[in-house]
Amino acid sequence: MVQPKIIKLVDGEKGNIIKITDLQLDGVMRRRLLDLGFIKGAQVEVVRKSPLGDPIAFRVSQTTIALRKEESSKIEGELISNGE
Amino acid sequence: MGNEYRIALAGNPNTGKSTLFNALTGLRQHTGNWAGKTVSLAQGSVEYKNKTFQFIDLPGTYSLFSNSKDEEVARNYIVFEKPDVTLVVLDATSLERNFNLALQVLEMTKNVIICINLIDIAEKQGIEIKERLLTNRLGVPVIKISARNKIGFPLLLDTIDRIVTGAIECQPLVLQYPDEIEEKIRQIEPHVRAIVGDHVSARWVALRLLDGDESLLDEINRLITLKGAS
Amino acid sequence: MHIEQLYKEAQKLSTKQLRDDIVQHLHERSHLLCQEGITYNKAKKDTKTEKLDAIFTSPIFGFPIMMIMLGTVFYITIAGANVPSSLLADFFGWLESQLTALFTFLHAPEWLHGMLILGLFRGTAWVIAVMLPPMAIFFPTFALLENYGYLPRVAFNMDRLFKKVGAHGKQSLTMAMGFGCNAAAVISTRIIESPRERMLAILTNNFVPCNGRWGTLIVFASLFMAAGFTGGMKSLVTTGILVGIVLFGILITFFVSWFLSKTALKGIPTHYTLELPPYRKPKIFDTVIRASATKSWSVLVRAVKVAAPAAILTWVFANIYIGDSSILLHAVNFLDPFGRLLGLDGYIMMAFILGLPANEIVLPILLMGYLSTGSLTEVKSMVDLKKIFLDHGWTWLTALNMMLFSLLHYPCGTTLVNIYKETKSKKWTFMAFLIPTVIAIVIPLMITQTVRFFGWI
Repeated sequence: MVQPKIIKLVDGEKGNIIKITDLQLDGVMRRRLLDLGFIKGAQVEVVRKSPLGDPIAFRVSQTTIALRKEESSKIEGELISNGE
Repeated sequence: MGNEYRIALAGNPNTGKSTLFNALTGLRQHTGNWAGKTVSLAQGSVEYKNKTFQFIDLPGTYSLFSNSKDEEVARNYIVFEKPDVTLVVLDATSLERNFNLALQVLEMTKNVIICINLIDIAEKQGIEIKERLLTNRLGVPVIKISARNKIGFPLLLDTIDRIVTGAIECQPLVLQYPDEIEEKIRQIEPHVRAIVGDHVSARWVALRLLDGDESLLDEINRLITLKGAS
Repeated sequence: MHIEQLYKEAQKLSTKQLRDDIVQHLHERSHLLCQEGITYNKAKKDTKTEKLDAIFTSPIFGFPIMMIMLGTVFYITIAGANVPSSLLADFFGWLESQLTALFTFLHAPEWLHGMLILGLFRGTAWVIAVMLPPMAIFFPTFALLENYGYLPRVAFNMDRLFKKVGAHGKQSLTMAMGFGCNAAAVISTRIIESPRERMLAILTNNFVPCNGRWGTLIVFASLFMAAGFTGGMKSLVTTGILVGIVLFGILITFFVSWFLSKTALKGIPTHYTLELPPYRKPKIFDTVIRASATKSWSVLVRAVKVAAPAAILTWVFANIYIGDSSILLHAVNFLDPFGRLLGLDGYIMMAFILGLPANEIVLPILLMGYLSTGSLTEVKSMVDLKKIFLDHGWTWLTALNMMLFSLLHYPCGTTLVNIYKETKSKKWTFMAFLIPTVIAIVIPLMITQTVRFFGWI
């Protein structure tokens, strides 16, 4: 068995699919992210980066949501696909 | 003369909720204030079978956990202003996230219609929706519409009519949480009922209290004062 | 038991994990519902949005496309509004002479004619002629972009810049709303969830010129700045100047946001999530045309409602004499030295003060002020209009300062009321008045003094 690779959402490359394992955020921001579908076990696809590099758009729960690196660096998950 | 009924429109942002509101009410719109609050919401009326349906366009929100002012406004309207029917507008192309809000509304109030919008686009993308099955699962009417193309409006208006006349009775799904949470709800719920009575769902309030929703306290106190005064 | 007590009890039972579990459970249930009730045919996935986003948010094309879009919307508005605006002005000029003839025929007293025709009619006619055509073009064009789903992409592209100054990317959406109406935009800041960034968006929204100021900006840009050009070129130059003015407003927005983030509204940027919905072809008639017509109409009604009493008031002020000059002239003379310092004059200052209820009426009041004292020129066309300004000593510098003051000055009365309603704070409402006012004084002052120092005029 290959050990699953854990990466932060902010480090994902376009096309990567990441299964969320941990959210290191508190308060309203945590609530907001949970509402949007950034929950443990959810699969998130890295869609694209903004022209200036930040924020990054993610595909989660059938919608596209952009997060700044302040938040996306606090969400971790297993890299389950490189998107070919 | 017909009676007037209030129909609240709730939904995620970008679901075409306002398109539906505009398509239904056309130019018969105005902005109304409610209950001495500074918040103003767009309202518009539709005449149907000698009745007046007063539609109220609530702010588009992702959830109703009062994380923002908009969420609080929408939640307070549904829970405390008690519209006759709450219409939850969902985007057929992203139902997974959209159902979330629908489930929250079902916990808050009884008379709910689930309106699955953008059905034309969903069909083009090969998304098939079994609305009968969903109606069974959720215990409230589920209707497929396209607000842009005015598809499904007769059925929607008819369903509203049948709810307000009592021809349909909604039995919204009671979402069961894991045992540990259910146990805590059981401890709180009777005390909540003693305070709020039957005016709002005690189970819902209990859940919100466990969740730590402080903004709800003021609203409940206001409700108690109102009831005490009348 | 009291609800507060119960809350405390509930908090004892609750854990941090509990909320996560509740939401997790909701999501799982949603997921289950989708699995049972919906079948997805993956073959027909929506690739249009992906392809368009690759262009609109591209590192190379993203920003140029944004600028082109902004410029195009302005150009369509200006070029398209030209003809109907002057047609309306001609029509109202003709109507005015007919009405005057009627008053003479009826032997109506001079003051009644003055108040109703020269005051009320002329004032409101100007508001309609200058405002209605740009509005009728701008709202639908903008609604098209909005309904199509382009605006969230602007917020996505621009966020990094907003973050640099401590603001929220969604502020670009509320700013976009400001092009229509600042008062409505202040309410729309509710989409920004964090209070600090929301306050920034509220305080700076005024630096985006609203519809009520479009008229003023377009008139002066085309009369003074693009004076040497004709036809399509004239519209193009006017557009260029307007884009410049708008960019300057955005620059000031960034500066003020940055300054406030470092001082009164210190704090780290928080709470950022932005949805990028799929692009969707708008329904032209229902959502674009009809919504815009309703919007234009309501803005116009509001403008006329405010313009009518203000027009009468101005006329009365201009015609009631204390000593050997009118009340208006006393006020104008009092304000004149200050106005001159900014490269403006007493009439202009007076017009902005009386125009507090609505920006739409600043220009009509200014004209009425000029006309009430000078020879009573009939304003039948844009050429006559320019002559009035030239007769009162206007140069390109006056026009530039007027445009800048209009762009930067305090929000209109309705906006201030909304700011108070939204912030519930007298202090911040006052700041929303003070900050733009100070900037609107300082910038023309600096420009005027510099120009005079170097003797460019």
